[in-house]
Amino acid sequence: MIFKPQHSLPADDTLALPRRSFLHGAGALTLSAAAVAVLAGVDHAAAGSTATASDVTILNTALGAELEAIAAYQVGAESGLLKKPVLDLAVQFQGHHKEHADLLADTVRKLGGTAAEAKTAYAFPTDQLKSQADVLRFAAGLEKGAVSAYLGAVPLFQNRDLAKAAASILGDEAMHWAVLRNALGENPVPSAFVS
Amino acid sequence: MIPAPSREASVTGRPAGARAGGSLLHERAAAFAASLLIVLLTAPTAGQADDSAVARGKAAYTRCLACHAVEYDRVGPRHCGIRGRKAGGVEGYSYSDALAASGLTWTRETLDRFLAAPLKTVPGTLMTYDGVKDSRTRSDIVTYLLSLPPC
Repeated sequence: MIFKPQHSLPADDTLALPRRSFLHGAGALTLSAAAVAVLAGVDHAAAGSTATASDVTILNTALGAELEAIAAYQVGAESGLLKKPVLDLAVQFQGHHKEHADLLADTVRKLGGTAAEAKTAYAFPTDQLKSQADVLRFAAGLEKGAVSAYLGAVPLFQNRDLAKAAASILGDEAMHWAVLRNALGENPVPSAFVS
Repeated sequence: MIPAPSREASVTGRPAGARAGGSLLHERAAAFAASLLIVLLTAPTAGQADDSAVARGKAAYTRCLACHAVEYDRVGPRHCGIRGRKAGGVEGYSYSDALAASGLTWTRETLDRFLAAPLKTVPGTLMTYDGVKDSRTRSDIVTYLLSLPPC
């Protein structure tokens, strides 16, 4: 099925994160600090001259995948299949992907490139999503793929600050994957290494 | 000097080498035949081995799911019908100029080479991925890809 993404969440209270949650507030603070640190590294990378055109290509490929992940989570959030607190989790993870996408796009632009944009439509296997577990399994597959994609990208960067920023995102994707597996009742960390 | 006869030879009245040689030969032939039969009965057929590789490859393919799907284009192109397709040949997908001009046709050999190091095999490809370095995992993924039906 073709899905046309919205670039912001609808003003639907069911999709809003619970602002009363102390844990959520603490998490947001931690993420902000991490984002600042990553951005500082990326600024440094942008200011230097070691980033190459191939680095920009890597960033843009990652950006394309992040934009698709945002759209995929939107499909999950709007499917009606996710119930709280899983729905909150999906929206939070979508928010992370938006932060990743914003960071990647900013970095591409700082390096003189043109940032990839979201497609007008994405194809997702929505006909196979019949339950909350189906949505979680689909999201977990995307997150696992994202871990592998960043793992495969990190050694390619000419600029080590960009590699570090990608590794930071990889860690976040791995946490998403683990949490989604846990929500499915599966071993959240099935092995000592990722591939 | 005449060697002393062995105890066996003195008991049977035949040279030890002749008796042991004939019997041993039959025993060894029988053992070999039995071993061969066991091997033939227990070894996976070519089809079974391929099925196992496809299953392993499908599992390993999960690492590709950030960018690819079998049946539809994502950040990367769809993989159904990849066997024998020219690189850059999925209609409607926007490839890098480098891959489109690579002249590659997807076979076991070219897929293996590309997946080992995409950017070294086709400099300029948008598949910015270091590659699948483990040769067995790579072979399994290739087997899986080649098993996919036409789109």
